[in-house]
Amino acid sequence: MKYRLLFSISRTHLWSRKKQSLIAALGVTFGIGAYIIMMSFMTGLNGLLDGLILNRTPHLHLYNEIKPTLKQPVDLYSPYASQEKVVKSIKPKTSQIRIHNAIPLIAFLSEQSYVKGVTAQVKAQAFYLGGTSQLNGVISGIEVLKEGELYNLNDYIIEGSLKDLAQNENGIILGAGISKKLSLQVGSVIQIATPKGDIQAMKIVGLYQSGIADVDNVQSYVNIKMAQRIMGQSNNYITDINIKLLDMTQAPKLAKKMSDLFDLTAIDIQTANAQFETGSSIRTLISYAVSITLLIVAGFGIYNILNMLIYEKMNDIAILKATGFSGKDVKWIFISQALIIGFIGGLLGLILGYVVTVIIDRTPFDTAALPTIKTFPINYDIGYYIIGITFAMISTFFAGYFPSRKAEKIDPVDIIRGQ
Amino acid sequence: MEAILRAEHIFKSFKKPVEIQILNDISFEIAKGEFVSIMGKSGCGKSTLLYILSTMDTDYTGKLFLDGQLISGETPDKLALIRNEKIGFVFQFHYLLAEFTVLENVMLPAKKLGIKTYQEIEHDAMLKLKLLGIDDQALKLSSRISGGQKQRVAIARALINNPSIIMGDEPTGNLDSKNSDIVFDIFKELSVEEHLSLLVVTHDSDFAKKTDRIIEMGDGKIIS
Repeated sequence: MKYRLLFSISRTHLWSRKKQSLIAALGVTFGIGAYIIMMSFMTGLNGLLDGLILNRTPHLHLYNEIKPTLKQPVDLYSPYASQEKVVKSIKPKTSQIRIHNAIPLIAFLSEQSYVKGVTAQVKAQAFYLGGTSQLNGVISGIEVLKEGELYNLNDYIIEGSLKDLAQNENGIILGAGISKKLSLQVGSVIQIATPKGDIQAMKIVGLYQSGIADVDNVQSYVNIKMAQRIMGQSNNYITDINIKLLDMTQAPKLAKKMSDLFDLTAIDIQTANAQFETGSSIRTLISYAVSITLLIVAGFGIYNILNMLIYEKMNDIAILKATGFSGKDVKWIFISQALIIGFIGGLLGLILGYVVTVIIDRTPFDTAALPTIKTFPINYDIGYYIIGITFAMISTFFAGYFPSRKAEKIDPVDIIRGQ
Repeated sequence: MEAILRAEHIFKSFKKPVEIQILNDISFEIAKGEFVSIMGKSGCGKSTLLYILSTMDTDYTGKLFLDGQLISGETPDKLALIRNEKIGFVFQFHYLLAEFTVLENVMLPAKKLGIKTYQEIEHDAMLKLKLLGIDDQALKLSSRISGGQKQRVAIARALINNPSIIMGDEPTGNLDSKNSDIVFDIFKELSVEEHLSLLVVTHDSDFAKKTDRIIEMGDGKIIS
């Protein structure tokens, strides 16, 4: 009863000055609308750019690196333990590129609870032959369907599809840059030369474009069995193990653990792509800074309007207090007005933000770097809408609080005797 | 006879800019159903006294009893409740809320009290308006009626919670003689028929002469 009465008074105040209330609400609307638009667009863009690298980068990458042995034999020889030792001209030791015991290792990793998926790869150097020209390149033998599922490889196939590769043992998906240089199309046959000198003819079943020219000029994909055959190896020859985790943030910790456990080099995604994290967080920071600025401006608008309203309503406040409304009641009448403005303005802001982001989402956006993207990216995360309306309510509460405190403290005797 | 309002040794002084004694040892009583007027020259402290009696001004020393209950020293929230329930106010200015209808203005203190249902309050408010002869204006916005009518609406608002006492500060100060007479007649009727106590501060000696008792004030003291 009590709050309904206060609410009905504040509603009448707002309703009897529609234009002013509307302008105050519009201030909030633009603040919240801008927040939604900026966050949806910025995070959409972040997601896109991150996806460019992060989505198809394994969270953990295990391989054998060629490097000099860390502990030389002289280090192990105890009579010299206490002495300073200098070994000059250390060379890396000859070892195999393949991962030792790879198949049981993959089976073991697949069973771990923190792992989303494990894929094996065979990486091989090769030459693409077209007419008389040769192009240097890298052929990755992949477990086609699994790779597509875990690393969204399909998004970067601009012609043909992964399925065609899976069905065609002798197929190859060629980097777009290679196909352009050698003027080869899907359906043509390409000759591949291995470093050992063998030549293999393969059928092009698709074209791959990552948007990064350096990659597109060298990279191509074949079935893992084919890669093993090109290398002249058996089916336990695996050079790389890629792991996708359920929780990406665990990667650095697990990388350390696995590198110790399996005696392999383990690279986590954070180390491999540190610059992306920084870019994303700075863009988010800018979005917040702009939205908060807009909301503070809207807050001052509300503060001003309520201040004026309270000066205008001095008599009303005095009589309300004289007839038994407490200071708190009066305070709540004005705070609730600010909150109503905040709520309605905020809600309109969410609608405005949604409509504008839908329009942006439909706007054509063609870029060679991103073959599968046809319109601007938008992230419709409900979380931003919740933060938006909460923020509107909080900022208008404070904008209303200070003028309302003034109304609370007005002494009715001063007003009534002053007439 | 039972006292509705009793003041005991009320003192009040302003400290700024220099110390001035406004009220000096005021003690008096108002009985139930009594119609009392306070008269005196400007600046004699009669309005100050009224605002102390009305509980709105709490900066004084002395004791104040309303309906036999000590009300000095209560918290502001409690005093607001007491005003709401037991005291009706009529000022020189009407103080109606301009955006509300006449009826809503009258209903407001009762809604604040929150004892009766909306329908009961509406019914009561219409009765009060009828008593004051302005029930035909009930649904108009309060800014759209004449000055005399506004003052009557203010009286209806003062009556809505059936208070123990009505306090008036120059209630006829802004009205012409015809409307003044109407307001006086209403007060007199309330006093005689409803046994309502009234305490009115006025300059108007014709008005005061017709009341049951005149309290004459001068220099912060009761003269007679």
